Amino acid sequence: MPIVCAERLSKTYRVAQKQPGLGGTLRHFFWRRSRAVEAVRELSFSIEPGEMVGFLGANGAGKTTTLKMLSGLVHPSGGSLQVAGHRPQRRQAPFLQKITLVMGQKQQLIWDLPPLDSFRVNAAVYGLDDSEAKRRINELAEMLELGEELTRPVRKLSLGERMKAELLAALLHRPSLLFLDEPTLGLDVNAQARVRTFLADYNRRYGATVLLTSHYMADITALCPRVLLIHQGSLFYDGSLEALTQRLSPCRMVRLELKTPLPAPALAAYGQVEAINGREVRLLIERNQLTGTVARLLGDLEVLDLEVADPPIEDLIGQLFQKGVVS
Amino acid sequence: MGRYLLTLRRFWATALAGQLEYQLNLLIDLLAMAGNLAGSLFVISLFYGPGRNLGGWSWEAALVVLGVYTVLDGACSSLLRPNLGTIVTHVQQGTLDFILLKPIDSQFWLSFRTFSPAGLPEIVTGLGLTIWAAAKAGATPNPTGVLTAALMLASSLVILYSLWFGLATTSIWFVKTWNATEVLRAALTAGRYPISAYPLQLRSLLTVVLPVAFLTTVPAEAILGGISVNAGAASLLMATVCLLLCRGFWGYALRFYTSASS
Repeated sequence: MPIVCAERLSKTYRVAQKQPGLGGTLRHFFWRRSRAVEAVRELSFSIEPGEMVGFLGANGAGKTTTLKMLSGLVHPSGGSLQVAGHRPQRRQAPFLQKITLVMGQKQQLIWDLPPLDSFRVNAAVYGLDDSEAKRRINELAEMLELGEELTRPVRKLSLGERMKAELLAALLHRPSLLFLDEPTLGLDVNAQARVRTFLADYNRRYGATVLLTSHYMADITALCPRVLLIHQGSLFYDGSLEALTQRLSPCRMVRLELKTPLPAPALAAYGQVEAINGREVRLLIERNQLTGTVARLLGDLEVLDLEVADPPIEDLIGQLFQKGVVS
Repeated sequence: MGRYLLTLRRFWATALAGQLEYQLNLLIDLLAMAGNLAGSLFVISLFYGPGRNLGGWSWEAALVVLGVYTVLDGACSSLLRPNLGTIVTHVQQGTLDFILLKPIDSQFWLSFRTFSPAGLPEIVTGLGLTIWAAAKAGATPNPTGVLTAALMLASSLVILYSLWFGLATTSIWFVKTWNATEVLRAALTAGRYPISAYPLQLRSLLTVVLPVAFLTTVPAEAILGGISVNAGAASLLMATVCLLLCRGFWGYALRFYTSASS
């Protein structure tokens, strides 16, 4: 039975319209004008327990609004929604005990006190007794590689340490459904990797369902076998990341290192020349011709090294958003 | 209930710990409160000389009103302002999201999340002033009178809280509503003096539109033993209606919460 079931989910906001300049400001002060913006349009999908699903989409595509509707923060304008057996917008306590929301750009930790104090508040709010809370804090701190940081005021922690502490605070009640909105925002590469490893570990250990939005494709590729691609509020794609790559690009990328440099026209016979950098070449070759073309390349040319990969998903999705094409 | 009590204990323990991080700031807060109280006493001493009375209230009886006002102002400084004053910020910055997603009443969280010791000296001084002035005015304490006075004081706190919370709730739509709460605080200042000291038209305004009369004069009358059953019942009714309305209004407003953009 799905843990999340959304049918024709929609959200329309009223957004104020204001012209720039003093005149615009005065007009806006006396005559407020607003227009309706459809942030999410008839979105239908379901998610099974234990799945890790990535929400992809450009800024303003409707990802965060969808997460906020799923977590019960925002009332849908239309459609039906069931999350963990509840209607989220009613925000009943049994529902809230099962979920958590982590936002990379907002924090719930008490700024002037060590994270442990915030954890103690959360433990009381979620009805955990002291010994159970302590056990969970130790367990999660070990998974997150947090130690003495927990006794330092939050304002003295690095961004990466703070985010790990935020995760601990958000997961203390051991939710089975995690809504993560840009959890690695602003973190350096190492900190991002640690957060990813932790999330995968948490999912494995507790069978938790994870819904994630991120602008870092590495988060999605590392964690989410399934992605939902939202474009202008509507669902464009629902499936595996691999299949999405195939759908967006009928070609694969072949990277070659040649013994001697060759001009583009000499390489054009094998596929579309993506880039030439001295002896290094990148070719795009159609998937159904890949085996034969690679064999020809190895036979015809003096190849020192060859690597076949999918074009970077960031590029493909970026192209899609730029074109605004939804097929 | 146990969960709420434990949560409240943790709330206030962390709030105090947070404020003790900044010793100087706390000291300045306490000094400001002491200065404020001294100012209030000075102003009222200018209005009332010994033997005089204003609006039918003797100097000692008027000091009971000032005592009640001081207790209320202390409660504002300790509880209402630090908590209800942050609702607007929570809405503006989107951190209300975290509160709404906790399995605990969001109004409870927003109303009791923090506690400032800065209002405590005012509360203690206000209570002391009230008891001393009541004794000087010739009030004879008995259990029923003390209970009635405590009930009226609780009613006035509930009325003030409900009005303030109701105004802060409008930030769900209008985001910035600090000015409205400042108007409320200014209105409370009118409660320093007995309501009958004001001209008739203003008296009606301060009783019906802004229930300032219920905030200080009615509790003071109860302390002095001169409260009518009708006034007491009206105060209790007003407190109950205000609390129910502000609670209903909060629930209604949350349907329109859109959360700040990420």
